[in-house]
Amino acid sequence: MEYFLIIISAIFVNNILLAQFLGVCPFLGVSNKLSTATGMSGAVCFVITLATLVTWLINTYLLVPLKLEFLQTIAFILVIAALVQMVEIVLKKISPALYSALGIFLPLITTNCAVLGVAITVVTKQFTFGGEAHLLNLGESIVYAVATSLGYGLAMILFAGIREHLAMNDVPKAFKGLPIALISVGIMALAFLGFSGMV
Amino acid sequence: MSKFSILTKGLVKENPTFVLLLGMCPTLATTTSAINGLEMGLATMFVLILSNIVISLIAPVVPDKVHIPAYIVVIATFVTVLQLVMQAFTPQVYSTLGLFIPLIVVNCIVLGRAEAFAGKNGVVDSALDGIGIGIGFTLALTVIGIVREILGSGSVFGFKFIAGDGILAFVMAPGAFIVLGYLLVLFNKIAKKQ
Repeated sequence: MEYFLIIISAIFVNNILLAQFLGVCPFLGVSNKLSTATGMSGAVCFVITLATLVTWLINTYLLVPLKLEFLQTIAFILVIAALVQMVEIVLKKISPALYSALGIFLPLITTNCAVLGVAITVVTKQFTFGGEAHLLNLGESIVYAVATSLGYGLAMILFAGIREHLAMNDVPKAFKGLPIALISVGIMALAFLGFSGMV
Repeated sequence: MSKFSILTKGLVKENPTFVLLLGMCPTLATTTSAINGLEMGLATMFVLILSNIVISLIAPVVPDKVHIPAYIVVIATFVTVLQLVMQAFTPQVYSTLGLFIPLIVVNCIVLGRAEAFAGKNGVVDSALDGIGIGIGFTLALTVIGIVREILGSGSVFGFKFIAGDGILAFVMAPGAFIVLGYLLVLFNKIAKKQ
């Protein structure tokens, strides 16, 4: 039941893009086409899950026992940068097809604040799923990371669909490009607001 | 480029928010009120100026292949300094801005200026660039914050001048996207004369 609440909350109620504003830059950058949006969502999902797992372990078994929590920001960003590099090298070796599908999105992910955002959230925020407030354990953190990135993918793919239609419409000149995109995301966020209070 | 134009180009011509469209996450997330936007802008400016200064000093000796990781470590160091200072002196502000203080590390404005300006220019110019871009960012965030606060709660910097509740949606997530969208339209109309 608790896992179910985490999943619903992370995908719909506290959608990482539409309610928490994490990862907006790549979202606006690659949501022009449905295919690139799908590729980016896949890459983000993979990296967020992996990064959350590694940073959770580092935080719990290294930083906390040594009382070095203030180094979280530096340690996490280095781990994420190294991880992205490693994923790139490994994928290139074992799965060239997937590598070329994710292609240019992988290096971009280092500066996607969704990755660092989720990594910091799971080790600092007190959640109230299933009763009293507590920090997430490893299993819950992984579920939270996967669900959050699914929410990211959902918003991204939905919006790419909308944007493909927008491109064919006659938009006033000053609204062209990003302004109309932002206003459409706003309306989409309004729709997602309807989920609030569910969990 | 003269010192004066380095300092002032971030205000309108190369405004990081309205022209370059960088650092969207904090722009959208922390502008629920004018004062929050102002505080986030100042926090980013602090990191921007100091990281620009240090990066312009170390850039000549950093090998080209590892310059991005090196820059990120410098930026992350100043973000940690900022976190500790804010926790000590302004814990209230720190808890309001929350996650978005550590996330200054991945703010593309900071790394962008390091890569595009501080890595290639002297210390004084880089510091001026940091100040200019920082002021431009702070200004943009404050303007967005003012608009959202007026619409969302009928006040500016906490001074209430419209009685009753505002349009709550403008304080919440959808308002951020919509206000930024319309401000961009206005900026296109006025500054770019489209």
